[in-house]
Amino acid sequence: MAEKGLGGLNPSRRDFLVKMAQGAALAGTGGLLWDYILRNEARAAPYALRPPGALAEDDFNAACIKCGQCVVDCPPKILKLEPAGGALPIGTPFYDARTGPCIMCPDIPCMKACPTGALSPELKKIEDARMGLAVIDIENCLSYKGLRCEICHRECPLKGKAITLETHPRQTSRHAMFIPLVHCDACTGCGICEKACPTEIAAIRILPHKLVQGKIGDHYRLGWTFDTEITEDFKQAPQAAPSLTPEPGGKPGGLDYLNEGGL
Amino acid sequence: MSTQPTFSKADVLASVEKLHSRSGAAEFWSWRYIILRRITQLGILLLFFGTAHWGWQVAKDVPLLIGNLSASKFIGLIPLTDPFAALQIFLTGHVLQKESLIGAAVVLGIYFLIGGRMFCAWACPVNMVTDAAGWLRDKMGIQPIFHLPRTLRYFILVATLVITVISGLAAFEWVSPIGMAHREIIFGLGMGFTALLAIFLFDLLILKHGWCGHLCPLGAFYSLVGKTALLRVRFDTNTCTHCGECAKICPEPQVLNLKKLDERGYVFSGECSNCGRCSPICPEGSLKFDFKPLIRSHNTQARVHADAIAVQRRTR
Repeated sequence: MAEKGLGGLNPSRRDFLVKMAQGAALAGTGGLLWDYILRNEARAAPYALRPPGALAEDDFNAACIKCGQCVVDCPPKILKLEPAGGALPIGTPFYDARTGPCIMCPDIPCMKACPTGALSPELKKIEDARMGLAVIDIENCLSYKGLRCEICHRECPLKGKAITLETHPRQTSRHAMFIPLVHCDACTGCGICEKACPTEIAAIRILPHKLVQGKIGDHYRLGWTFDTEITEDFKQAPQAAPSLTPEPGGKPGGLDYLNEGGL
Repeated sequence: MSTQPTFSKADVLASVEKLHSRSGAAEFWSWRYIILRRITQLGILLLFFGTAHWGWQVAKDVPLLIGNLSASKFIGLIPLTDPFAALQIFLTGHVLQKESLIGAAVVLGIYFLIGGRMFCAWACPVNMVTDAAGWLRDKMGIQPIFHLPRTLRYFILVATLVITVISGLAAFEWVSPIGMAHREIIFGLGMGFTALLAIFLFDLLILKHGWCGHLCPLGAFYSLVGKTALLRVRFDTNTCTHCGECAKICPEPQVLNLKKLDERGYVFSGECSNCGRCSPICPEGSLKFDFKPLIRSHNTQARVHADAIAVQRRTR
């Protein structure tokens, strides 16, 4: 047994405990720093355009082994691996739509090359890929200025589905407008439109969905769209149809919540 | 054990003399493993690079070696995956696809059964940097600033796994200078080379064999994996004069504890990377590559032979 020191302390046990605390402190500090570096590196993930089939950004960051097999197997050679110190998460594949868009190979060779499943094999058809979403800057789009450009529409591999043209007739003194519209239910984000856009800086650009797409939420009920399931609700239970004046103390219906709380 | 070998100063001096009076050809021959290692290290890089940039293939649409050290596919058939990277990705909670699991099993199998920690000395590109730093450090006679325990790498290995679980990101793969170097040589340059420079300077000026011998968790991983592998450096205690030249050149000199080697007959520590530096330098040829099952019989024969010589001497 170790002899008791001053105040009944066991010196060897004390040393041991201090050593343990020191080791834990070192591991904790180092670990926190390491964790911070990792999270910082992964922070730019929402800005990356990933190859088709890529998992959601957190899952993709976790699953990608950074081997570059998708890069080598990409027929148009548009994929790159981000080097250290770059703007995007280190070592992961991405493409730049303006310089090299995805050509949407029907057999999706990049996805097939992925050994870990970071590019998910659940993607069966390239038309179902959602790499990003084309967004039009209407202040700089030539079509919005009344010019007959429509290059994006013509180049779009899913022309008529992902990009449609809408005509806006105007008064005789001005041109009619043929305006491109992007439809998110069909746009894969391949970026061929961005590549083709003739303005100095592309007026149609591919952005990751997270950065551009809003969400309406469940609480809006569009009563005039008679084919919605909400209208079905009303049909099935007409007695539950909300009245304009809420019952005192009762829960307001979906249409009436705006009338609550002094709004 | 009939005769306990004895070591005299005269024997040691004779051994050292033998080493220093080697002919030029013998000197060159003693570099054979270093040259072989550079060929494999650079060759692996070249195969990756050639496949990625010059379209090297074995048949139409069958690329030769596609990917990099993290994961690759050889002749379109054999997947190879860094098992440490696969382990980390598994710990993030991602369910790996079959291909990468098979690949990890293949690589793990090679090192576990045969190669031991061979990856470090024969495949890893950072080894060239740290070898250069170590060589220059010896030339310049630089003294260490501080010492770190060589067991630190195992703690870093554990930390890698823990932080992977916490952050949900493969902790080492995101900061690995090995990955950076390999990726950027094959897929385009970036700041990864500053990491190599940092390792070079650290090994050269701060701590001898600092990265590979003290810090790298991948080396620690392969040290554990390769502990029982077959390819070993055999130690012949009968011819050894304990001159210590092997330990001077060994990047992991703790594995050459000759007393313990005498008991086992080979370098048994998983930390030995089978780099083959000790074997050609040994003036007595006491250290040779061999496969574990062959070592025992060899050593028994050698002992019998040595006993016979001892008996002859005594009877003369």
